[in-house]
Amino acid sequence: MAEAGAEDQEPSQPSWGEALKTVGRSLVERPVSVVSEIGTMAALVYSTARWAIRPPYRPRLLIDQLEFIGVQSIFIVGLTGFFVGAVFGLQLVDGFRQFGAENQAGSVVGLALARELAPVFSALMITSRAGSAMATEIASMRVTNQIDALTTMSVNPIQYLIVPRVIAGVIAGPVMTLLFFLIGISGAYLVGVYLMGIDGGIFIERVKWFVDVGDVQQGLVKAAVFGAALTLIACRQGFLASGGAAGVGRATNRAVVQSAVAILVLDYIVTGIILGEGLF
Amino acid sequence: MFWRKKETTPEEQAAAAAAADDPIHIRVRDLVKSYDGGPQILKGVTFDIHRSRINIIIGGSGAGKSVFTRQLLRLEQPDSGSILVDGVDIIPLDEWALVPIRKKFGMVFQFGALFDSMTVFDNVAFPLREHTKMSAKEVKERVMQRLEDFRVADAAHKLPGQISGGMQKRSALARALVLEPQILVYDEPTSGLDPVSSRRVDELMAETSERFGVTSVIITHDMATVFEIGQHVNMLYQGRIETSTTPEEILRTDNAVVRDFLKASGVSVADGS
Repeated sequence: MAEAGAEDQEPSQPSWGEALKTVGRSLVERPVSVVSEIGTMAALVYSTARWAIRPPYRPRLLIDQLEFIGVQSIFIVGLTGFFVGAVFGLQLVDGFRQFGAENQAGSVVGLALARELAPVFSALMITSRAGSAMATEIASMRVTNQIDALTTMSVNPIQYLIVPRVIAGVIAGPVMTLLFFLIGISGAYLVGVYLMGIDGGIFIERVKWFVDVGDVQQGLVKAAVFGAALTLIACRQGFLASGGAAGVGRATNRAVVQSAVAILVLDYIVTGIILGEGLF
Repeated sequence: MFWRKKETTPEEQAAAAAAADDPIHIRVRDLVKSYDGGPQILKGVTFDIHRSRINIIIGGSGAGKSVFTRQLLRLEQPDSGSILVDGVDIIPLDEWALVPIRKKFGMVFQFGALFDSMTVFDNVAFPLREHTKMSAKEVKERVMQRLEDFRVADAAHKLPGQISGGMQKRSALARALVLEPQILVYDEPTSGLDPVSSRRVDELMAETSERFGVTSVIITHDMATVFEIGQHVNMLYQGRIETSTTPEEILRTDNAVVRDFLKASGVSVADGS
């Protein structure tokens, strides 16, 4: 009896045919789902743009979102900006000292922060703080019928929920990037000058010499693109949520992962376009 | 500009006036809905919703009640069929054309669906702020009046999470009625409530229907609601309307499906012979 029971419970071994079929299916399904995701995202971008220009306009909602995405992110963006600048300064001065070029640290820190680190890190920080909260809030609204309630009250949910968040993301992203850049430079300066003993005047001069307005503009353009992307992804995942509390959790998780990946992919694409070097 | 609302023509106004005298408020015809090419959930739903009456739609789980509600409110686009509200087919209308139609509807969701980031007062004021040019003073007066009507004025400045389920339902009803809609749709209003609370909700719905003269559409599987307050009852079964009748008549039905449903719901039906 017991033996028979044990035999019953033994898992059946999948055949080679089954395994190949599973691998084949995942090889086909994955690219198809990526294309489908890009398609629905393009449709959402179009709808958002369409509803953004239609009245009624709700400045109050935009101000609320600017406060949520921007003002409430100041501390975390400032804190990470300081430490990213500080550790970058530390590594560069240490590395450059090996061939006597530690005074070049200011130029490299400035360029890296302006073009890459400030827009990417500040967008990642906004994603972790505001993007996740945004996805959770909208997903909760979806599973508790609040979005349906908006529709039945003749209020378009895209116009009411997504448009103010995306516009706020596009505005707050560059502002946070600028803040990250300034605090990051300060962090690098403090570490380089007071801890590693390089000349403060030379550090500042190198930054001024190498970092021009175009570099900062490059970072700000990227930040605006990242701001739009992360808010759209968070809102979309919230909108697609289903299945109660578990669905809300999944939406938040997907929003954060997709936003982080999108920021890095877009960073490469936007950099390629700005530098005019081609993408591949 | 492309977003400008279309003006109502005199012909349309005359048609609307004539429709107001029609005892049938909503005509649902051959409504079909499926998802992603899967099996049809609604397989040609056809029935009438009577003006200023309490119309109940019953059916078991999976019968298509929720899907039907979503089509009725045009939260989704059906595959085919028509829903004529005061003679106007709402299926081909776009988002802008739906605005005046949706203003005719008030919706009370199963769990209220109050906006949890707003106080009860702001929830009820929301439709007024979105769709009227009322001053803050007028909004306050109207909202407080509605909250008093449903005995939730004391909770005006509380968040939905701070009040009981019954109060949430009454607040949702106040919000649904604040724009003075002609049609009130209730989705499973007594679901999850104990029998005493369920009968209180029934009384509230009957009182609302009588006092405001609205057409009520109640989606439920609670047979007590049917016999307590129902005036017309429609049974949805496997995506079709199995019967459309009155609560008195349904007890004498010969339809085996309806009889089985009633018996399973604990209702004693007359001998069919």
